[in-house]
Amino acid sequence: MPTNILMPALSPTMTEGTLAKWLVKEGDMISAGDVIAEIETDKATMEVEAVDEGTLGKIVVSEGTEGVPVNDVIAVLLEEGESAGDIDVEAQKEASPPAPSGGDEGSGDSEDAATESKAPAQAKKQEAAPESEEPAPEPEWDGPTKTQTVREALRDAMAEEMRRDSKVFLMGEEVAEYQGAYKVTQGLLDEFGAKRVIDTPITEHGFTGLGVGAAMYGIRPIVEFMTFNFAMQAIDQIINSAAKTLYMSGGQIQSPIVFRGPNGAAARVAAQHSQDYANWYANVPGLKVVAPWSAADAKGLLKSAIRDPNPVIFLENEVLYGQSFEVPDSDDWTVPIGKARIVRPGKDVTLVTHSICVGRCLEAAEKLAGEGIEAEVIDLRTIRPMDTATIVKSVKKTNRCVSVDEGWPTCGIGAEIIAVMMEQAFDYLDAPVIRVTGKDVPMPYAANLEKLALPQTDDVIQAAKTVCYAD
Amino acid sequence: MATSQKGGKATSGSKSPGGSKSSGSRSAKASGSGSRSKKSAAPAPKTSRTGSAATAPKGRAATAKAAEKKEHPVERLAVRAKGEDKKLLLKLYEDMLLIRRFEEKAGQMYGMGLIGGFCHLYIGQEAVVVGMQSALEDTVDAVVTSYRDHGHMLATGMESKGVMAELTGRRGGYSKGKGGSMHMFSRERKFFGGHGIVGAQVPIGTGVAFAMKYLEEPGVCVTYLGDGAVNQGQVYESFNMAALWKIPVIYVIENNKYGMGTSTARAAANSQELYHRGQAYGIPGMQVDGMDVLAVRHASQEVLEHVKGGKGPYIMEMMTYRYRGHSMSDPAKYRSKEEVQRMRSEHDPIDRLRQMLLQEGHADEAALKEIDKRVKEVVTDAAEFAQNSPEPDESELWTDIYTADQPPQAAE
Repeated sequence: MPTNILMPALSPTMTEGTLAKWLVKEGDMISAGDVIAEIETDKATMEVEAVDEGTLGKIVVSEGTEGVPVNDVIAVLLEEGESAGDIDVEAQKEASPPAPSGGDEGSGDSEDAATESKAPAQAKKQEAAPESEEPAPEPEWDGPTKTQTVREALRDAMAEEMRRDSKVFLMGEEVAEYQGAYKVTQGLLDEFGAKRVIDTPITEHGFTGLGVGAAMYGIRPIVEFMTFNFAMQAIDQIINSAAKTLYMSGGQIQSPIVFRGPNGAAARVAAQHSQDYANWYANVPGLKVVAPWSAADAKGLLKSAIRDPNPVIFLENEVLYGQSFEVPDSDDWTVPIGKARIVRPGKDVTLVTHSICVGRCLEAAEKLAGEGIEAEVIDLRTIRPMDTATIVKSVKKTNRCVSVDEGWPTCGIGAEIIAVMMEQAFDYLDAPVIRVTGKDVPMPYAANLEKLALPQTDDVIQAAKTVCYAD
Repeated sequence: MATSQKGGKATSGSKSPGGSKSSGSRSAKASGSGSRSKKSAAPAPKTSRTGSAATAPKGRAATAKAAEKKEHPVERLAVRAKGEDKKLLLKLYEDMLLIRRFEEKAGQMYGMGLIGGFCHLYIGQEAVVVGMQSALEDTVDAVVTSYRDHGHMLATGMESKGVMAELTGRRGGYSKGKGGSMHMFSRERKFFGGHGIVGAQVPIGTGVAFAMKYLEEPGVCVTYLGDGAVNQGQVYESFNMAALWKIPVIYVIENNKYGMGTSTARAAANSQELYHRGQAYGIPGMQVDGMDVLAVRHASQEVLEHVKGGKGPYIMEMMTYRYRGHSMSDPAKYRSKEEVQRMRSEHDPIDRLRQMLLQEGHADEAALKEIDKRVKEVVTDAAEFAQNSPEPDESELWTDIYTADQPPQAAE
């Protein structure tokens, strides 16, 4: 049976091209690999090689023809014993293989897309990846507690999980012999040894990639960044390798890895050491992003993060390390990823916040109460997947909402919360939602400017009054 | 010494018309041309070294030396074949041919619009991965590579059908159609990608090997990178840690002379000796004729002994050549037709081996024809499967973003 030579697609975007030149003529013997024609694509002039061997029986599209669609028969090849009489070009044109429907932009799917755009709430629901939408309910703790700093709670979480699973190990700069740049990993080297508590060279890109590879193979790294500012060196490995590989492998390759370390502003360390990355990572499907405030949540969430088969970004805060909280006195107690917590109930306005700003919101709520405004403070704890249900439920009650975080405003966490309110709570709002954020400037060094750049308790109070029309 | 072979996993089935046919006439041509141009872009025929590679098993080193003295590549192959099992030689031929035919078919299907996006063919470089893989221990050693990965997947024993169906973006692909040409994996075959970011696979491969060592498993991770990737910073960050922690990783630089359109000479300082790139870290290196499957195999055996002996990483630079453009849309104007033609006619790894097999009486024409036919059937079946496998269900858009399943190795 004669073999059709089809107009080839020679670039990802090519749909048609010009058959510039034939380099063979009818009757020529052709071997696989022979250059038979030149074709001008949208990008370049390309040579076309024969894939099959045989005699060129007929040239169907003559040279100089423009706008030849991909997959049209341009010539016919004859095998031994066949003649030009065997060629039925029209029939063969019919038989040429169709491109898969997915190849055509939008065709076939356009109807669905239109339906979806009419139902944003439904689309939104789908966006929170189905598999992880429902976190396990948080167990109520009524057992004994002990007073611990966030620093101690984080260390205990790692130590307990390392005792529980020999595949859990810790790596990072100064985590072992130095006992942690911020002393979070104090004592771990002594207990677990150098095999499992590993000082790395100062080489974020490299050790992050190494950690991701180790996780893909099936062990469970905790990668400490001295601060998340340094993780920018490694962000390709976090996003392109850790976050996307499960999807790209059709579910075959998990990356059970935790990236943790202090995030956001500390004190007087200026622009390169003070950035808040919550929104950067929260933008990425495939990552979970956790940013606790209390020591109890720090411990419970870090334990969950270590047990999670997905990559988790665990954002700590240097200023919080030394603050003390009551922590459940148990090795088994964990906090589910993806659940917000109402830290202070109230009926007049909802303050949605996380990490260090929870403390400022509680202060603000206390002062607001003195002025007759009862603020409900929600600690998101997990940024992605975000527990929007808890926020919406609160706003249905208070009808007012302020988001508070230290990051930059543009495309930040506050912007996301406002979008969620528009999509899911619009009819319940009595005032526009306001975001209180870090100022839209690189972090200054001078003490007075630094204070101005960060959201303060008074800013929260002012915003709450604004949405309550009380100022 | 590890010499076990992975199963070729050839699947047979109905033969359809219009499959690719070639190679016979070309190989004859290649055998005739004994004289090589002085300015030829020929890969270095001998194995050069750097560092402390004093671990060569005696017998093999002697064979290698004898081979290096031989001027003609086919004669060199013949000397290297001494002591090798005939079945192994034929398998090397079949494995390389499978990659060649698979890639030709992929190129053809790309032309038909059945494969989209980027498609980087491995044609010309087959001896590298087949020679390396022949020395590895099946399901013990792991492989990680870049985006020019089809050959590596087939060599590790992944099914042609699943690979081709991934290229066409279908349900039957290794990644259910969600990864494409550059992103495929097989935990079962210990193939950890398929990575699309130049150089990113190097720390990942180092990490896979790190995990093997952590788990006290006997395997190594062979981490392939191109001559373009050797200039990435993370490669050296990996070298440093691998050497520092004696990680069982083999870095195989596939030097095909061009990082996309830029020749190695224009991109890399001291481009003639990329295998020296580990010297500062005390990592031994070796340059190997990557167009000679037995040279690769023997070098690989030697290096494996070093790495499995707990001595840390090793760098192998394979001098090779890709016949096709960087990707399908590359008109390859940065090199001359003559250069490509010379490599194809004088250094083709498959033609060389075929000629040697015939010349030394390891196989006759009929036996090789039988292999050709078998390979063609596998590829034809793969192409059919890849066209008939349905597109992924639309619900797959939302799956595999997060998982509740623990990785098998992580199970307590």
